[in-house]
Amino acid sequence: MATKLVEVQKLKKWFPIKGGIFSTVVASVKAVDEVDFFIYQGETLGLVGESGSGKTTAGRTLLKLLQPTGGKIQYKGADITDYSPTQMRPLRRNMQIMFQDPYGSLNPRMPVGDIIQEPLDVHVIGTRKERHDAVTTMMETVGLRPEYEKRYPHEFSGGQRQRIGLARALILNPELLVLDEPISALDVSIQSQIINLLQELQQRLNLTYLFIAHDLAVVRHMSDRVAVMYLGKVVETAENDELFDHPLHPYTQALLSAVPVPDPDVKRERIILQGDIPSPVNPPSGCHFRTRCPYAMPICKEQEPAVVEAAPGHTVSCHLLTKK
Amino acid sequence: MDNREVLVDIKNLRTFFYTEDGVVPAVDGIDLTIHRGEVVGLVGESGCGKSVTALSIMRLIPNPPGKIIGGDIYFHGENLLAKNDEEMRQIRGDKISMIFQEPMTSLNPVYTVGNQISEAITLHQKIDEAEAKKRTIEMLHLVGIPEPERRYSQYPHEMSGGMRQRVMIAMALSSNPELLISDEATTALDVTIQAQILDLMRGLQKKLGMAILIITHNLAVVAEMAETIAIAYAGKIVENASAKEIFRSPRHPYTYGLLQSIPKFTEKKTNEPLPAIEGMVPSPYHMPKGCRYNPRCPFATEKCREEEPEIVEVTPGHLIRCFHPIES
Amino acid sequence: MAEKALEAKKKGQQKTSDEYSYIGMVTHRLKRHKLAMAGVIMLVLMLVFVFVGPLVWRLDPNEQIEGLEGMFLTPSREHPMGTDDYGRDVLARMFYGGRISLSIGFISAVSSTLIGAFVGLVAGYYGGWIDNLLMRFTDAMLSIPTFPLLIALASVMGKGVTQIIMVIVVFGWMSDARLVRGMVLSLKEQEYVEAARAIGASAGRIMWRHLFPNTLAVLIVSTTIGIGSAIIYEASISFLGFGVQAPVASWGNMLQNAQQFIWTAPRLIVYPGMAIFLTVLGFNFFGDGLRDAIDPKLKL
Repeated sequence: MATKLVEVQKLKKWFPIKGGIFSTVVASVKAVDEVDFFIYQGETLGLVGESGSGKTTAGRTLLKLLQPTGGKIQYKGADITDYSPTQMRPLRRNMQIMFQDPYGSLNPRMPVGDIIQEPLDVHVIGTRKERHDAVTTMMETVGLRPEYEKRYPHEFSGGQRQRIGLARALILNPELLVLDEPISALDVSIQSQIINLLQELQQRLNLTYLFIAHDLAVVRHMSDRVAVMYLGKVVETAENDELFDHPLHPYTQALLSAVPVPDPDVKRERIILQGDIPSPVNPPSGCHFRTRCPYAMPICKEQEPAVVEAAPGHTVSCHLLTKK
Repeated sequence: MDNREVLVDIKNLRTFFYTEDGVVPAVDGIDLTIHRGEVVGLVGESGCGKSVTALSIMRLIPNPPGKIIGGDIYFHGENLLAKNDEEMRQIRGDKISMIFQEPMTSLNPVYTVGNQISEAITLHQKIDEAEAKKRTIEMLHLVGIPEPERRYSQYPHEMSGGMRQRVMIAMALSSNPELLISDEATTALDVTIQAQILDLMRGLQKKLGMAILIITHNLAVVAEMAETIAIAYAGKIVENASAKEIFRSPRHPYTYGLLQSIPKFTEKKTNEPLPAIEGMVPSPYHMPKGCRYNPRCPFATEKCREEEPEIVEVTPGHLIRCFHPIES
Repeated sequence: MAEKALEAKKKGQQKTSDEYSYIGMVTHRLKRHKLAMAGVIMLVLMLVFVFVGPLVWRLDPNEQIEGLEGMFLTPSREHPMGTDDYGRDVLARMFYGGRISLSIGFISAVSSTLIGAFVGLVAGYYGGWIDNLLMRFTDAMLSIPTFPLLIALASVMGKGVTQIIMVIVVFGWMSDARLVRGMVLSLKEQEYVEAARAIGASAGRIMWRHLFPNTLAVLIVSTTIGIGSAIIYEASISFLGFGVQAPVASWGNMLQNAQQFIWTAPRLIVYPGMAIFLTVLGFNFFGDGLRDAIDPKLKL
């Protein structure tokens, strides 16, 4: 079958919280806590979760924009976990990121042509003219008029700015693109334009996506496989239809049932979870979800559930399944 | 159609902003009727004027640069635009309450939440402090906050986003309002927390019977909550009908396009592109001539580019502003 | 609601891009700021006075009229501001003194801003022990009483224009370092900085291309006001006798020289005093206006 482009095992990213007179580490935000997932070449893996789930941190750690606290990152079979910034530099051409915030992700003091060209400058690719031509082509590719290259980011709308961010990410011809909530800050009628563009470019340029999002409808539309995160853990991973049609983890079930559906005639059985998402500084013992889980059992408090393969390609970590 | 008493009747509301760069017709022809106990959704994208409409009802438009320059807002048959500031203060927070998107900035960080709710209560009701505290704890209990006595003396930063939104709802409902305006109140919340708050609002609406005006960009939220839906685009209402009609047989090309373009959570993955709406929302300084949707509309004709359509009732209770409505 | 108007403003800018470039916007807002415009007029007049004046009024500032009858001449056609205790033309000395004073102000303010910006960028971007070290050093520098040290320095390094610039720079960069560090701490969390790291940009490139340009507006304001205070500083040091040395004129040492004649020829104090006052006021007005103009939250 398809080859794995990237794979993480037991990936961990803790952020220290310093306190006291001597600024010692008093606690840690366990943003990503022993997470496993992989992405096949050419597919889209949807990474879903609510705030505090660690999905964004997972994406950045995967790209080594954040140094992992533990675990292993493999890119095309090579262990890149401990690569130095210098070793990472050539790899940066292959793995890129597109951000959520159309306003914060572009330097307001740089013309957009320069923004898009900067990756080529950094990696010293081509002559001056070749770089400029590449910018022109890339602007056309993402649906921007090349004559706008001298303009500044504030002169563009949110949707156009996301196109600029995408052009910057694609100009190095990467294989892997981490899409960190690329459409959630956009207007509804603009979202679908960007979704279509992302899908078209994926096919044309043979891209592999890690699609990080909280909007489940968009994830369903975009992804080949989906991983669900809750409080720093991946609780369930499966192929798109399998996950949406047969969710096995109680959290996934609740999450899916909570999504409002744009159809007044659909009356769905809704699982309303009680309480709030606990703090990732002090996650519950055992299974992190147990404090809100309608099926919580004594064992959930004592022991962390193992990851089991419930069906081919469908992995879940829940004691309800390990007991069977 | 509706036999219930009309609570709010907005007629051709126009609220403009006069900025140094020109005039922004933020609201330029909003008509909306809310019956007693009815849940109405006002849906639109950024810049459509939905929030300005809410602030106009509350008479909270900052002047300058904003000004309500035309139209009427009737509440119980009385024109709110004719009321003086003192009369408006009596209504605001008493008969009409509002909750906002960001509960953190709507709460004062230096007072306890109990304090703030009590203050809101004593502002409109002549009761003593002890009574107000009792009522506050009742309210906190009503909005599903566990251990209301303990929460009473907590500060806003000690609460999660969902909890703070509950506090805001408790405060808004403490005066038994006849109309609750919810301006993107669940937008900043996580999906599971949004479900909790929507569930709470639905329950409270049934229990207390107030009318709710839900302002949102999320079609799915109004589909679940509202009986009647108004779609706004570039400062005007373009379609207004029952929720069923809007979703089953949208007549305005914008409504239709919007519904088509959003990915459906219940549909399997395809590699087909979404039927997206082309172009973008017009700049408020350069509103297109004629119908404001014409540059993006696949059905636009010469007439649409020249003349501005009026809002008309095409079938009973179904209003649209379009020369070329989509056949149902 | 202000956001709404701002949002609307952003959208409005799509159409009229050129007239609404950043510099264009700041200029536009500055023009509406009455105080800033008053400052601009004062400064332009002062610059014309100091730099164009000598081209018209071709008297040597150091030429002395021999004899007692040339001293303390009252203003006349030949000497519009009169002459000083050596019989030198005061107007000519005001021109040349102004050149020195303004140059000292400009060079030292720009240099201290650049040094401060560099320290602030490095401290803010790297953080950790580098930040600690640099900022504690900054604190230490701020705790040194300037004038006593200055007198000590003057005796070691000698007195003169270069020395005074160095002294002002050495004691003048700290506030800019703190300012820039603070800005960098928030700027470096912006996604575009992360994007630059994601494409493999070096630390130097990120600081120079992404962080520095975004602090520039604030730094220009700080430099503008800094020129004013550097001029005051020069005047104070020269007044104490540790600054620009005779026969070279500066507004500061003209003041110093004039103090002995405060009863006999008060105008000798009034001219340089007014020049310093108006110039510094001009820079402060303009700087304040600029600060308001670059603040998008402020409605002008």
